[in-house]
Amino acid sequence: MNDRRFPFDWLLLPLVALVACGLLWSLSSATWAKSLPSPLKTWEMSKPYVLQPFAKRGELDQGVLRFAWYSLVLVAKGYSLALLAGVPLGLLLGMSKIFTRGFDPIIQILRPVSPLAWLPLGLILFQKSEPAAVFTIAICSMWPTVLNTAVGVRAVPQDYLNVGRVLQFTRWQMLSKILLPATLPYMFTGFRLSLGIAWLVIVAAEMLTGVPGVGGFLWQEYNSLIYEHIILCILTIGLVGFVLDRLMSLIESRFRTPDLAR
Amino acid sequence: MNSVIERYLELWRITKTYDSPAGPVNVVQDFNLTIRQGEFVSLIGHSGCGKSTVLSMVAGLSDYSAGGIVLAGREISGPGPDRGVVFQSPSLLPWLTALENVTLGVRQVRREASRSAVDEIAVRSLTLVGLGDSLDQRPGELSQGMRQRVALARAFALDPKLLLLDEPFGMLDSLTRMELQQVLIDLWMSDRKTALMVTHDVDEALLLSDRIVMMTNGPEATVGGILEIPFARPRDRATLLDDPEFSRLKGDLLRFL
Repeated sequence: MNDRRFPFDWLLLPLVALVACGLLWSLSSATWAKSLPSPLKTWEMSKPYVLQPFAKRGELDQGVLRFAWYSLVLVAKGYSLALLAGVPLGLLLGMSKIFTRGFDPIIQILRPVSPLAWLPLGLILFQKSEPAAVFTIAICSMWPTVLNTAVGVRAVPQDYLNVGRVLQFTRWQMLSKILLPATLPYMFTGFRLSLGIAWLVIVAAEMLTGVPGVGGFLWQEYNSLIYEHIILCILTIGLVGFVLDRLMSLIESRFRTPDLAR
Repeated sequence: MNSVIERYLELWRITKTYDSPAGPVNVVQDFNLTIRQGEFVSLIGHSGCGKSTVLSMVAGLSDYSAGGIVLAGREISGPGPDRGVVFQSPSLLPWLTALENVTLGVRQVRREASRSAVDEIAVRSLTLVGLGDSLDQRPGELSQGMRQRVALARAFALDPKLLLLDEPFGMLDSLTRMELQQVLIDLWMSDRKTALMVTHDVDEALLLSDRIVMMTNGPEATVGGILEIPFARPRDRATLLDDPEFSRLKGDLLRFL
């Protein structure tokens, strides 16, 4: 593969790609996809939402980042629940073969279930849309945390455990001084993947329940036939998701410890 | 000093049985060994002969199927900090500094000691192995040889009844290995801990040991013979290599292997 470098390639190349995509978009909206708003039209319609991202003009008419903020708050709730449940579950799976043999099949079956399927169950259970959304986020996003934590525990080198055994560590000491710190890098990989899923789920959950947020806004604008705002929402969701992932990567790299077992 | 306990560590008819597809196999069988207090004994034998298995049974990290192991009058059951173990890989916890790796153990054996007293023991131990300037470095920042120095310091800092060394320098290049052998000699001379070391390096065994136990090849490995190493201490590598007795003993060992 050719990989030539030139000055400012890190900026120029993505810009060129951006322009190319923009052209494709304009071309499409001008030719075969008449109902697709053009980039210019999208920008004009979105201006008040982007330039005053935190404005609140009415319940259904708020700045795009304000909507994103509502979504983030909801994600934070569901995600915290996912971590609170996922970490202990992952630890148990990693530490006990018997537990794994019992619960692994159930996890493998529940894991691929779509958020769209969990949401109605949440609505039945909690009768209100917000807790239902939180429940859906939690149950959909916890699996990477569960599985990565379990893998991390199983990957703890026997040498580390022997150090603890020689020192006659109690179960609690073994967990807090050896297992948890050794598993932390794996857990953070799980946390990052879980956050990605939580952010995916929020949009679906908001669309179905009408909870205010960027996904709710998207659905509402679809119903009001303001298609430009759908694109605005898609871009916002993508950007926020990207920023979240970057932030988690930063935290993750801080916890990476070199593997000295070999 | 109190009178030396002759039967300080006693391995009596130790047998280790593993289940294999072809039925149970005794990897170690009727292994008998008695070690004096303050003695340095090496176990030598071909790789896979079960010498590490013997060591890990004494460490309590592996169960024995028959026989008994008695240390200072008490039968061994399970691992404990009265036996400081140095593994072949340094086995340091990478998220802790050199100092923290050592204090982790010291705090376990000196529960009543203050934080500063624990730190002091660890610092002294690390200084003895030549790492007084690297206390706050993490294992990732240390060379392989330095990591193994930390591992030695960690074992000695426990002030154990028995020191167990499982091919401690097996992963090091020969120059670093010689350096660390000297570090180990100096440490050992400072408080004459009873020590049991597994090695397959004949020179290393001759340089460090009071006695060398030669193990027969497994399965059913056991004691094939014991060599007394008469050299006076402190020993010096260079003069030892010139000693005709050294060549004779080395010849004996190599013939056995």
